[in-house]
Amino acid sequence: MGILKVRNLNKNFGGLKALNEINLDVEEGTVHAIIGPNGAGKSTLLNTFVGRLVPDTGEVNFDDQPLLNRQPYEINQMGVCRVFQTPEIFGELSLLDNVMIPTFAKRDGSFVLNGWGRMDRETDVNDQAEHVLEDVGLADQRNELANSLSRGDKRRLELAMCLVQAPRLLLLDEPTAGMSRADTNNTIDLLKRIGERGITKIVIEHDMHVVFSLAEKISVMAQGAVIVEGAPDEIKGDPKVQEAYLGGAHL
Amino acid sequence: MLGLSRKDTTLLLIVLALVVLAPFLLNPFPEDSELARFNAGYPDLMQRFVIFGIFAMGFNILFGLTGYLSFGHAAFLGVGSYAGVWMMKLLTVNVVPAIIASVAVAGVFSLLIGYICLRRSGIYFSILTLAFAQMSFALAYSVLTPITAGETGLQLSLNDPRILGSSAVDGTIPATNFFGIAMRDGFEWAVGGWKFTFNFGYYLCAVIMLIAFYISIRIFRSPFGAMLRAVKSNQQRMNYTGINPKPYTLAAFVISGMYAGLAGGLMVAVDPLAGADRMFWTASGEVVLMTILGGAGTLVGPLLGAGVIKYFENIFSRLNEADLNQMFSGLPDGLQSAMVTVAQMFVGDGWLLTLGVMFMAVVIFLPGGIVEGGQRVAGWFRRKSGTEKSGKAAPAASAAE
Repeated sequence: MGILKVRNLNKNFGGLKALNEINLDVEEGTVHAIIGPNGAGKSTLLNTFVGRLVPDTGEVNFDDQPLLNRQPYEINQMGVCRVFQTPEIFGELSLLDNVMIPTFAKRDGSFVLNGWGRMDRETDVNDQAEHVLEDVGLADQRNELANSLSRGDKRRLELAMCLVQAPRLLLLDEPTAGMSRADTNNTIDLLKRIGERGITKIVIEHDMHVVFSLAEKISVMAQGAVIVEGAPDEIKGDPKVQEAYLGGAHL
Repeated sequence: MLGLSRKDTTLLLIVLALVVLAPFLLNPFPEDSELARFNAGYPDLMQRFVIFGIFAMGFNILFGLTGYLSFGHAAFLGVGSYAGVWMMKLLTVNVVPAIIASVAVAGVFSLLIGYICLRRSGIYFSILTLAFAQMSFALAYSVLTPITAGETGLQLSLNDPRILGSSAVDGTIPATNFFGIAMRDGFEWAVGGWKFTFNFGYYLCAVIMLIAFYISIRIFRSPFGAMLRAVKSNQQRMNYTGINPKPYTLAAFVISGMYAGLAGGLMVAVDPLAGADRMFWTASGEVVLMTILGGAGTLVGPLLGAGVIKYFENIFSRLNEADLNQMFSGLPDGLQSAMVTVAQMFVGDGWLLTLGVMFMAVVIFLPGGIVEGGQRVAGWFRRKSGTEKSGKAAPAASAAE
């Protein structure tokens, strides 16, 4: 069953066609990779899913409900969480607080005035947050400030902030960019492990090693349009992909 | 205790001890000594310490936690004052309805202004709040004169109805009171050369300040407090994490407006006169200075900042050339006059220069304010004792944190 359906999506920036008649179907429980050269419109596409950008025409349906023209926090409350290309975290807060805040959002909704409770006595939220921090391997640093983390660890923290919400759709924008090979492999393992929980994932990635070890379906974008779509094996050999994306070089 | 962690309970008890013992602590010098001019233990000033403490504490909930710098908080204090005086004119000179009305009216007013101003952030938010406060000030001075009594200031009169109390007692305006205990009542205690004043108005303000402080601790430690810190840190992430930052910020704005209203209500409770100058932008600026000087985002910082600024305003501004000559009289003639000339710039009307220098020093060297200074000093001592007693004291010290 398709959990995310994109129909005839268009977006122009001035004269530039950033998104050109995009159609996309993401099956529930799968990992769907979107690849393509810089400027192909991959991040723009994700932006329309999370309410950051309103397209000119077209439709996006998540679980048969329209996503467009909603506030970002409403979309998240529907079960969509995004990990950004540059980590968006609460730098001045501890790691534990960073993960507890999304947990509260999941439990209490987009606004609740809980001014009389105590952070350290919210045991259920505390436990969930601790558990997720262990999952991503950051439990030892739980009381440190998020800004003190390395770039790779910040990404893992941001991933933990999404995982703790147990989203139905996880959007990952280059989850391994700037990571060492060892960190990249750790992240792949982590993503595979959480794949077992049945979270649908859309991954934008430049690293083909990551794409081919994770994705079940790949859409290739170039100049705002989806040019090819298919299983990893089909994509590997497709001449159109090699032309657009790699300038003819072999994968 | 009271749902606080051990550390916070200790903090609350320390503040409790300080305000209860303030009449002693602020009057350390005997009456007839030369240093008596540095005594601050008289009712008027002690009341100001705790009232401005409440004002700064509330401001800190907005500025310290969410980072939204309001430059018009004095408007809420002024509105609270007017509401308080009106209660005393219409109902009774008992201060309880006046204080409740101050908080409520300031709350409604801040909801209105906050709703509009919070559509913008950063410098635009600050400018909007400043504009609203100056507008309120101008209105109080001109068009709203029937309500605010304009330039003369709103005060009690013999013709007020006071339907729950009496308009006049023995032909004079009755004194503001708390269920019969007059605010200006109190007693003095002379011991040796010392004279200590215990004023009922001060103690009422102090009790309310402690309650306000307790509420502020609860907010700081609550999930709501964490949300407010998240607003300061990254609103974008909040949004994409399923939280709407707007109502959280507005709630913080209204709570801090109510604190300001409470401060305004207490001001008229101890001295039933409300003037428009309380809403002037310098008054809004003062609370910003208090909070930053003490340490924005810390629990006790705003209290300390308010205390320091009010102390300088009232004590340093009273010193004059004769006082300085007396203070430096032990020095040789030439040196004495040189010292007096230099020191004179910093006292009397020049107290603002002292404040300015102090403020600059704090912002440059101690961005965390007086509280950070205290922490650094405590850190030095801890390290020192740790090396002297070699190891054994160090774990105990870190456990105490």
